[in-house]
Amino acid sequence: MRNAFAQEISRLAAGDPRVVLLSGDIGNRLFDPFKNDFADRFFNCGVAEANMMSVAAGMASSGLRPVVYTIVPFVTTRCLEQIRVDVCYHNVPVVIVGVGGGLSYAGLGATHHSCEDIALLRMLPGMNVVCPGDAVETRLALREALSQSSPTYIRIGKKGEPIVHEHDPDFRIGRAIVVREGADVALVSTGNMLPTALDVAEALDEKNVHARVVSMHTVKPIDEQTLAEVFTQSALVVSIEEHSILGGLGGTIAEWCSDQAEPTAQLLRIGTPDEFFHQGGSQVYARQQLGLDADSIATRVLESFRSAGSKRNNS
Amino acid sequence: MSTIVFMAKRSTTDVKTLEAAARRIRGRLVRMSHEAGAPHLGSALSCVDLLVALYWNFLKIDVEKPMALERDRFILSKGHAAAALYATLAERGVIRDELLRTYGQDGSSLPEQMSPGCAPGVEAATGSLGHGLSLGLGMALAARIEGRPSRVAVVLSDGECNEGSVWEAAMLAAAQNVERLVAIVDYNRWQATGRSNDVLALAPLADKWRAFGWDVHEVNGHDISAVSEILRRVPTSTGNPTAVIAETTKGRGVSFMEDDNNWHYRIPNAEEVEAATRELGLA
Repeated sequence: MRNAFAQEISRLAAGDPRVVLLSGDIGNRLFDPFKNDFADRFFNCGVAEANMMSVAAGMASSGLRPVVYTIVPFVTTRCLEQIRVDVCYHNVPVVIVGVGGGLSYAGLGATHHSCEDIALLRMLPGMNVVCPGDAVETRLALREALSQSSPTYIRIGKKGEPIVHEHDPDFRIGRAIVVREGADVALVSTGNMLPTALDVAEALDEKNVHARVVSMHTVKPIDEQTLAEVFTQSALVVSIEEHSILGGLGGTIAEWCSDQAEPTAQLLRIGTPDEFFHQGGSQVYARQQLGLDADSIATRVLESFRSAGSKRNNS
Repeated sequence: MSTIVFMAKRSTTDVKTLEAAARRIRGRLVRMSHEAGAPHLGSALSCVDLLVALYWNFLKIDVEKPMALERDRFILSKGHAAAALYATLAERGVIRDELLRTYGQDGSSLPEQMSPGCAPGVEAATGSLGHGLSLGLGMALAARIEGRPSRVAVVLSDGECNEGSVWEAAMLAAAQNVERLVAIVDYNRWQATGRSNDVLALAPLADKWRAFGWDVHEVNGHDISAVSEILRRVPTSTGNPTAVIAETTKGRGVSFMEDDNNWHYRIPNAEEVEAATRELGLA
């Protein structure tokens, strides 16, 4: 996803002289084409993220379209106050791009994990929170974010994730994309879990349970119309995210459910537990340990689906 | 075409006029604090002469169109002294007296600390310290990218220099040779609960800015002519940003408030307002 981001921002900067890229001493060689073509619009702001975020806000308030880029924890929690005050309170169109969402940098330890960022940023008034599901969505998300008049947080993975979309889907912030149809359960995924959600759907097919897969790339503003559809058309809705089960996509959907006048279908939240992950190893390993691999998710979905079905039959 | 109001040459001839304006601003501040029950009067009085030097002798702003794109930008980063900016903008004719009179009242668009766009001439909602210099740096870089002549001035408090983000901004501004940026530190040697040189090791403050790559000037921050003279050198020919270490007195202009840190929070009563007004020669 990060290569898609780097290519797309060069493309967008060529078409819009207001686009400026600020990086927190990261992306060695990644931005060479951008630096080469737009030297006066690239700023390595050093390992000083608080200042970088406010500088971007100052640029945006002067009419530029700054994009701020570094690893998720450093472009979110490290400078949360600057995002809250200088970006959101002033409501200026800064685009914040975090690389290494969730457990992408599992091996670097919990300092580099990001399982709280969606929750924290969606609390901020006016902030859009977008978690693209693959490289295609990453390009489209950046394009869309730069057309907004309010700030946007884009949370991407790292590199080499599977491509889900063969063609550009109709991508709009706040509008989910149905990636696969299925009548029994709805798997609502955000961010880099989208390929896994599709794997889960394949595994469920083998058990004769048919899953719709939705890329809920925008966590805020949440697509209420799609939620209304999946909760009326499926017996079970499953939120899937590489993020804490607290406050992220699952939390957002749980809030939505509690606001409905009628009881909704059952919600199962798949995410990371409310604890730090201490072990070394790869992202694949960390996901397995935390139940975020396709097999573990499919097993939990089947259990919930059967239990939801037996409740329905008993009532 | 609108008139750009810029009076760079007038500081020496009109210094008495400017000092009178500063006294009127101080008189407004004492009354505003009393009427709104708003604290931070000592901090506001401390920076009045800096604001007068900026608004009469440095900032290119069109009073009729204070938010025109070509304008110079000013950020009062010590947001707790917002009243000083409001009163200066009123004295300068950018905002109306009727608006100023609502300061701090229920439903007023002029809160005790600025909200975004709360009045023409307010570039940033400060109040959380350590944000303004970074915002100003962003504005200065934007002007450079877009080829605008805009310069950016930021007034910080000495206590504010506790914030690490100030020094992050200082390093980036020097690295980027932002010669159109000027930071003015209102060095009254007090912060909320103690001497600013004791709470953290602030001194030697001028040396710190110099070591961070800035052109540094130390000046009596109540000498409007001297401050104006330094500001005239911005943008610098060295390519460095400019730091002005302005030696000031907290509570300046009212004898019983000067250098008394109780006035960081105290609100003057009616008798004190009267006494202050008399001292300022406004009675």
